[in-house]
Amino acid sequence: MFKEELEKIKKEAQQRLESSESLDMVNEIRVGVLGKKGSLKEILKGMKNVPAEERPQVGQMVNEVRQQIEEAIAKAQKSIERKVQEQRLASETIDVTLPSKRLPKGHSHPNVIALKELERIFVGMGYEVIEGPEVERDYYNFEALNIPADHPAKDEQDTFYINGDILLRTQTSSTQIHAMESGKIPIRMIAPGRVYRSDAVDATHSPTFHQVEGLVVDKGVTFADLKGTLDEFAKKLFGEETKTRFRPHHFPFTEPSAEMDVSCFKCGGKGCSFCKGEGWIEILGCGMVHPHVLEICGIDPNEYSGFAFGVGLERIALLNYEIDDMRLLYENDIRFLKQF
Amino acid sequence: MNTPISWLKAYVPELACTDKEYNDRMTMTGTKVDGVVRLDKNLEKIVVGRVLSIEKHPDADKLIVCQVDVGTETVQIVTGASNVFEGALVPVVLDGGRVAGGHDGGPLPENGIKIKSGKLRGVPSFGMMCSVEELGSDRNAYPEAPEEGIYIFPEALGPITEQETCQLAEAGKLDSEEARAMHPVKPGMDAVELLGLRDTVFEYEITSNRVDCYSLLGVAREAAVTFGASFVEPDVTPAEDETGDVNDYVSVEVKDPDLCSRYTARVCTDVKIGPSPYWMQRRLAASGIRPINNLVDITNYVMIEYGQPMHAFDLDTVAGHKIIVRRAQDGDMFQTLDGQMRRMDHDVLMICDAEKEIGIAGIMGGENSKITDDVKTVLFESATFNGPNIRKSAKRIGLRTDASGIFEKGLHPTNAEAAVNRACQLMRELGCGTPVKGMADACSPIPERTRIPFNAREINAFLGTHYAPEVMLDIFAKLEMDYDVDKEEVIVPYFRQDVKAMCDLAEEVARFTGYENIPMTLPGGSSVMGGLTYKMRIQDKAREAAMFNGFSEAMTYSFESPKVFDRLLFAEDAPERQAIRISNPLGEDFSMMRTTPLNGMLTSLGTNYSRRNKDARLFELANVYIPKALPLTELPDERSMFCLGMYGEGDFFTMKGVIEEFFEMVGMNEKMICDPKAGKPFLHPGRQALIQYKGETLGYFGEVHPDVAGSYGIGGRAYIAVIDLHSVIPHTSFDYHYTGIAKYPAVSRDISMLVPHEVTAGQIEAVIEQRGGKILESYHLFDIYEGKQVRAGYKSIAYNLTFRHREKTLEEAEITAAMKKILNGLENLGIELRS
Repeated sequence: MFKEELEKIKKEAQQRLESSESLDMVNEIRVGVLGKKGSLKEILKGMKNVPAEERPQVGQMVNEVRQQIEEAIAKAQKSIERKVQEQRLASETIDVTLPSKRLPKGHSHPNVIALKELERIFVGMGYEVIEGPEVERDYYNFEALNIPADHPAKDEQDTFYINGDILLRTQTSSTQIHAMESGKIPIRMIAPGRVYRSDAVDATHSPTFHQVEGLVVDKGVTFADLKGTLDEFAKKLFGEETKTRFRPHHFPFTEPSAEMDVSCFKCGGKGCSFCKGEGWIEILGCGMVHPHVLEICGIDPNEYSGFAFGVGLERIALLNYEIDDMRLLYENDIRFLKQF
Repeated sequence: MNTPISWLKAYVPELACTDKEYNDRMTMTGTKVDGVVRLDKNLEKIVVGRVLSIEKHPDADKLIVCQVDVGTETVQIVTGASNVFEGALVPVVLDGGRVAGGHDGGPLPENGIKIKSGKLRGVPSFGMMCSVEELGSDRNAYPEAPEEGIYIFPEALGPITEQETCQLAEAGKLDSEEARAMHPVKPGMDAVELLGLRDTVFEYEITSNRVDCYSLLGVAREAAVTFGASFVEPDVTPAEDETGDVNDYVSVEVKDPDLCSRYTARVCTDVKIGPSPYWMQRRLAASGIRPINNLVDITNYVMIEYGQPMHAFDLDTVAGHKIIVRRAQDGDMFQTLDGQMRRMDHDVLMICDAEKEIGIAGIMGGENSKITDDVKTVLFESATFNGPNIRKSAKRIGLRTDASGIFEKGLHPTNAEAAVNRACQLMRELGCGTPVKGMADACSPIPERTRIPFNAREINAFLGTHYAPEVMLDIFAKLEMDYDVDKEEVIVPYFRQDVKAMCDLAEEVARFTGYENIPMTLPGGSSVMGGLTYKMRIQDKAREAAMFNGFSEAMTYSFESPKVFDRLLFAEDAPERQAIRISNPLGEDFSMMRTTPLNGMLTSLGTNYSRRNKDARLFELANVYIPKALPLTELPDERSMFCLGMYGEGDFFTMKGVIEEFFEMVGMNEKMICDPKAGKPFLHPGRQALIQYKGETLGYFGEVHPDVAGSYGIGGRAYIAVIDLHSVIPHTSFDYHYTGIAKYPAVSRDISMLVPHEVTAGQIEAVIEQRGGKILESYHLFDIYEGKQVRAGYKSIAYNLTFRHREKTLEEAEITAAMKKILNGLENLGIELRS
């Protein structure tokens, strides 16, 4: 009779658990069966009517039933929890194609991007990056660079003067003299900076622009080294497939001098509208440091030689990013800057 | 310089290459070709036609119907041109041909104009008669062409080469029927060829050191060496049968030899002005020079050939038949042959006769000695003037001419003699005049030819090459450089003034063995550590901080108008007004080196605002130029300013945050202090602060004063910050120190207080920091309120304080003690605690 009671409680509890739909319902069952006033406790009160010799057996039976019910409760709980989580996840589905959220970030200036590229390449080749003054003495901008007093390049129409001796540098080449005067050899440097020329503002001219000067002075530096270095530079800047071409040119402070063209990066050298059918694009001027310039700086040209080059930063930026009007670089319209 | 390839071939007869080859190879040896124009571009199926008959068009008053013999057939052509006549020889473009342009001489269409037969007012027309404009040219090139109408050929061209002219001259048949009948023009001939248009004009970019290449002979020399062809120089030795003596006609005296190292003069008598021959006209026209008459054409021809500007005087207008070369006197007025009166000064060199000034040396002749068609005796001047002086004089007078443009490059005195002899030779050949024997010559000693020691090993070491000495010597020989075997010296010809030292010889070797054949190597030797300067690293950190906070990098001009100081409301005696002025600026707006980056930033913000960009955040790493004293004797202090500007989203505290973040990024971990008494007139008086760090002012920031913002066209509030990076640098560091992560629990306390309006958060925080002791770990303001619920004149502020001991758990008593000290301090500021 006691046994039947127990079985009944167990069955009823299992049935109710199976059909329960929430954790509250499960808890209600747990309290109703296993709680202090639960049906199992109630039934234990009838133990006193059980003969003493049967009590251990009955006790064991009760425990077994309790254990089974507890297991059933745990199982029911787990299954409900899973179901709840499944429902929650299902309800949380989002439209992954909605717009992203981003912190508004600032943008680089195209000149600076080009400059950082150049710096990266030359620092990688062991070049120091140095600076020189923009407001400069005539000596450094002209005289020491083999441009004597009567040279047409000194004509007032090209140069902004502060007074007879002080001017706004027209070329970063003045930094070559500062570097060589320092007396520290070997020299491997680039010097980026702002330069000034008396040109009216239009799509291709600006009275202010930027150059990056390069200088190497050491024992046994050759024109072949100049070519090799700048070819390496061009490949790193424009891509490994880039070809270079050195054309004879003239600068007062280098001899021999050259202009370097690179194969057009649009057509690969076949000729297109971008390179005006030439297949080549002019990039920079360069040459062997004129022995007279070395002498002026107190370096013995019989012992040392060097090469120098000058790159127009705006030229690189305009070419590389296909900017068709130089004025955009100094207007600072954020719709322009945001593209970089 | 523009010259047709046909003319160049007169001196390099073996030259045989395509236009493209010529372009490429000349460019690669240093004579850069800058432009190539084929004169017969888009000229197809154009022949000579003879007009046989002309009838009126039945239905159009202004049209005529012509029967034209084009050699193979007779075609009917309807035209509106009024200058054709029966018997005229004209260029005819046949059906299916092409012309370069329209009759109005407007811009030439890229692919020309196709000509097809058709009907004009019902009458069939099989082609078109052409004007020079339709042939892509103009009346400057063909002065004989009618102003409007069809080009009419002569019955014969006459001599078409210099040799033919020469032979005729020698036979005394220049002015003969035989000469005029040479090279008859016949129907069916190639009209383009007859017009001299089967030719290509090359334009060169000559570098300033190659004075010799501003002449056709110079370029021809380069072409000959480039292509391994021989160079044939004109022989200008005066003819032996010349008579008379130039000294009977003219004497020459140079009073200022520093400005004129050589003045040569030759005289031609029996001058007959007339048109120059076909070949000379065609060569000049293709070079962009309008043929005028034989005398003018000869001086222009020699100027292109030898790069030597010459002047022709009418000897009968030269008083005393004497030429004196001397400086002008200050204030002299002189009328140049363009009719203008011009003021001279002491540094301008003048050509004078016995009585008066007759020309400005090297720039322009005078009205008073202008050549007319009645000239009987011509004096040719061929001189060498001081280049820099010509350049400066031309600039001061405001008269830059073709001649001065060449003289200023500095010619060699030897060239003057060759050129004047060439001119006289052409006078004789063209039947234009009879040269008098001899040359008047006032000449300073001509410099010896330069000698350069030759050492092949040295040149190879410089270039990084391995050429044999013979290869180098062969190149020098082709360049007309002599070699002194005994002294091992290269002797440079007079026309190569640019070759002075070993490096110049190396360049010649490199050019003619080919720059492309020099190997590519990387410098060996000792290696150097590369890298940025410390300042550049700090600048990069500034960029990072700014960009992280949404600011984009701007660049503005370093020079600006001095008016910006008024615009920025600077006081009259503000130190910023002590700025460097440019003596020759592009205009007032670009005349002063900036002393603050404000104007550039505000201008850029204004540009963005006016273009309706909703928000703008910009920064610039801007150099400013602070003079140590004015006028400038020392170079100024160039300081890098980190300038930030913004409008739209964000406020004063956004800007403050960016600055703090930058400081943190460069290792400035102390607290940044904001002093509201910045005193900047261009900022909002209640919203500005000096940025102070460890007691030093490093910059300022604030809201732009509405008047200033308005004057830059910025509506709404704008904020700006200026940080002097040079002052920042000493405080920066990239050293990091780890302090252990705290093990013991923190205790937090809130203080809510009633603060008198004028007390700042900065003051409260100073008290908290001072009095919190070592156990105060951090604090932050979490509430601030001013309004109805708060007593008038007060604001409510609440702080959260965090205490922690590094080595133990804090005891209540320690916290209470610290709090008490803080609260006492706050009470001293008139602050009341809120319960």
